[in-house]
Order: sequence, then C-alpha cells, then structure tokens
Amino acid sequence: MSSVARTLRALPTLLRIGVAETVAYRAEFLVWILTTTLPLVMLGLWTQVAAEQPFEGYTAAGFTAYYLANLIVRNLTGSWVAWQVSEEIRLGSMSMRLLRPLHPMVAFASSHLAAVPFRTVVALPIAVILLVSSGASALTTESLQLALLIPSLVLAWMITFTFMFMLGCFAFFMTKAMSLLNLYFLAFSLFSGYLLPIPLLPSGIREAAEVLPFRFMLSAPIELMTRSLSGTQLAELLFGQLAWAVAMLAMALIVFRRGIRRFEAVGG
Amino acid sequence: MKSLVSRKYETVKAVNGVTFTIERGERVGFLGPNGAGKTTTLKVLSGLLHPTSGEVEVEGKVPFRRQTKFLEAITLVMGQKSQLIWDLPPSETYAMNRAVFDVPHAAFKETLAELTDLLDLGPLLDKPTRQLSLGERMKCELAAALLHRPTTLFLDEPTIGLDVAMQVAIRDFVRSYNQKHDATVLLTSHYMDDVVALCPRIIVIDAGVLIHDGDLRQLIKTMDPDKRVTFTLTAVVADDEITKLGTVLSRDGQRITLKIPEREIATVVGHLLGTLKVADLAIEDPPLEEILRVMFGKSREAREGEAPPTEASDT
Repeated sequence: MSSVARTLRALPTLLRIGVAETVAYRAEFLVWILTTTLPLVMLGLWTQVAAEQPFEGYTAAGFTAYYLANLIVRNLTGSWVAWQVSEEIRLGSMSMRLLRPLHPMVAFASSHLAAVPFRTVVALPIAVILLVSSGASALTTESLQLALLIPSLVLAWMITFTFMFMLGCFAFFMTKAMSLLNLYFLAFSLFSGYLLPIPLLPSGIREAAEVLPFRFMLSAPIELMTRSLSGTQLAELLFGQLAWAVAMLAMALIVFRRGIRRFEAVGG
Repeated sequence: MKSLVSRKYETVKAVNGVTFTIERGERVGFLGPNGAGKTTTLKVLSGLLHPTSGEVEVEGKVPFRRQTKFLEAITLVMGQKSQLIWDLPPSETYAMNRAVFDVPHAAFKETLAELTDLLDLGPLLDKPTRQLSLGERMKCELAAALLHRPTTLFLDEPTIGLDVAMQVAIRDFVRSYNQKHDATVLLTSHYMDDVVALCPRIIVIDAGVLIHDGDLRQLIKTMDPDKRVTFTLTAVVADDEITKLGTVLSRDGQRITLKIPEREIATVVGHLLGTLKVADLAIEDPPLEEILRVMFGKSREAREGEAPPTEASDT
C-alpha cells in the first residue's frame, strides 16, 4: 500500500472538510478577496491615460480587459498559505501535523483547493463585467489560447501555492518570517504584471520579469486571455509555467524538509 | 504462549543519558520539576525531536523517521496543544483522522462509538470546537488521538487546567483504554493524584538525569516510611496529649495531622479512637509531592557537590 494511494483515498474527505472550513471562514475569506483592489485602481488610472489615444499599444479597452482579467486570475490563484504555515510553526501546532501519516503540504493544498469553488463564485461576476464591458473587444477569440487557459490557471495556482508554502516554511528558521512577505509582495507587484502589463515595464526590469517565476503566477493566464500569441510564444509561456511549477514544488519540499530537521533539533 | 513470544519491549536512551525500557501494557508516570526534560523526552519518543546521540526505539521503530507504521502505532496528547480544527466540530477532525490514518469505516464507527460512550462525547461531537469548555475539549482531543487505536500513548499533562471531576474522568478513561487494548501509557502530570491513581511505576528525572525508576509504593516506602494520620477532635485536648503520640505536621483548629511510624499505627489509632474521641480519622501515605521535593533537593545537592570547584563567584 503506497502512500500515494493512501493520500488519494484520503483526498475526498480532506476536500470535504476543506469546504466546511471555507464556509466557516467565509467572512474573513470574502474580506481577503475584496481587499484585492489594486488592479481596479490601476484600471481607473490607465484607462484615463489611454482615453484619447493608445498608450504603448494599449487602448482604454485593452487596459480594461487587462486589469479585469488580472483581478480574476488573482482571485482564483492567490494564496494565504504562508501565514498559516508560519503561524503553525510559531505556535507549535505543526507538531500535530507531523504525527499524521500525511505530508503537511498535501493537507494544506487540499484545504486550499477546496476553496476554489467559492473563489469561482467570486470571480464569475467579474468575468461577466469583463464580457459586457468595453474590455470584451480586447479579449482573444483564439480557441487554442482559450483552451490552454485552464491548464495555465492550474499551473499559476501551483506556482503561487508552492512559493507561498516555501515562504511560510522560513518560519522554521526565523521568528519574523512574515517580514519576508513584504519583500515577496514588492517583487510580485513589480514582476508579475500585477501593477503594470509586463511590456510596459522599463527595460531591464522587463527582461528580468520574463524569466522570474512571478510572471508565470499571474501574467501568463492574462496574456492568454488578452494577447494574440504565436505558437512559439504559447509554448514558451506554458512550458515556462510548467518548469517553474516543478522547480517551486521541489524548492518548497526542500525548504520544508530542512525546516523539519531544524524543528526536530530545537523543538517547537 | 503467544503473548510471551510477541511481547514487545521499548528501549529508550534519551539525549540526557536517560535510559529506560517500558513493557507493553505498562502505565508509567514520568515526573520531574519544570524544565527537567519531560516534554523533550516525550517528543523524542514520539518522533518530533531528533536525538543528537543515543538510541531510541518505540514499537520496534526509530521514532524520528516517522514511518507510517510507527505513526499508526503511537499517539501524543499535549494538554497545551490542540489538534482539533478550531472552527469546526470535533466530528470533522475525527473524519479527517479516519481518512489520514486510513481507518476502515466499520472499525472507525466502532472505535468512535466506544470512545463516545467512555468519554461521554455525545453532545460535544457536533459543536464547533471553539465553543467547548477546556475539559470538554480535552476529552475530544483524547478521542481524536485514539481513533486510530494506537498501542503506545504519550500523554503530556492531559489533565492540565481541568477540575477534579474531569481529572478523575480522564484518569478512568486512560486506565480502561490501557486495559482494554493492552496499550502502553507514559504520562506526565503536575497533579500527583493522576500519577498515584494511574501509574504503578514512575520514572523521575531532574535536569535531564534519571533519578528514580521503579515502583511508586516502593519509592514512597523507601523515602518516607511513616504514615500520615489525620483526624478531627470533638473536644479540646491539651497539646502534650497530642505531641506524645507523634510528630505534629499540621494543626488547623481541631484538625490535626500526625506523622507516625508504621508499626505504631495500631497503638496510636487505638488511643485516638478510644481515649481522645475523634470525629473522623484517615491513614494515608505521605503525599508524593513531599517525597519528590525531598528527592529533587537531594539531586540538586548531589549535582552541586559534583560540580568542580571554580574561582568564579555566584554573581
């Protein structure tokens, strides 16, 4: 009986309990989602800039589509697992998880996956607004790009989750690990396309953004929705996501493992 | 015959040079002052801490590897920490543990029914954990920790902060689980009553060093063979009438506690009941707290005595 088969058998129950948890925390959850308003602020700003004539190739409708898509992707893929992990390490409840024959990352991942239906419900009205707004004209109609949207969102979710999980695991090594999150968010805002579409970034930053993981956490699905991409560009985008998903998963597992070893040495 | 062959021994040599072996089915009290290393040892035994040296074996496994088979065989309950999901009812944590420990549904139902009955969990199962009282939560914690039917139980202060009735309930439950499933229990508690009621054997550590391992009654007998006789007088009696009977340990109005050597008990009690007229009378062993205080004092003296003399002053 392998541990994978065992985990798969446990998954339906874990997901069901995850949904129950999401329902129990619905108020906090909604507040968390509603505070993601930065894309709306940027939307207001840039549609003004591009009202008269396109700015660097972006029309007002283009900006509307970009930032609404941005909000949708952020709602579906954003993660708060870093706070949970670091709190559990700090307060010692991580010990309790270690005594269960289930990798804590799987436990956290299933409870976060369970929140996806709820997040979809929040993202749907935004999608409707996008479709009826002027932004609809700037959306792609390429069926291949639209078909790749789902795998792209899944990969974006994975990179974000594993990245955040890894950041949470830094609490094994430092007491104020969450100060790292400020740094993370700074880098994310700049390099992911959260504040500005990547083509609008100053050169230097733009080149960095193209290889760093942040673009693949947010910009990639937005690009699928709002740009017309060649076959090569599509392949670059999806394989970039896949590569970062694998790399971040490996890094998160390594940091977790190292952290656990430290935890075992000093106690928690 | 089978029990002889399959009998398991658990040999432990913890970081501080503490060595002991506990047999399957034993109930052992693990005592020591705050910071003696009790929780550390329990964490080493349950696989949460990696010992820097020495050997540990529990249920035939090396704990810190946390192999599935090992995790299925043990449980750790910490009075100060919770594994219940805070905003959901305990039944949800139970369902999760069932899935994670891969307990078949039928066995889970049976165990849960048994635990619900023994711990009187019925009304608590579907209340959100945050609404439970400390005692109710502790009972639910115990059930969560035992759903996978572990055969080795590490209980770290399972009765902390609970009232006397709840302490007794938890104690009775631990004893019945131990007897029913031939489970090994290693327990720490600040309440000596827990230890006296539950554990025929105690292991005492101080500053990470083992200072006693053996039978509880034997320890009490060796350390302080005198009994405590407590009684309440019905009439005023001259002081020297009392002091000639034995050492007066405490006197609160008409209620008096004397320290009497065991062989004089019959004479003294006879005299008390016959001549002095008492309303009630109890003969007890010296309290474990007192014994431990003496032991820890001695172990501290020994430590300080062994320390090499230094020039440095205390400041």
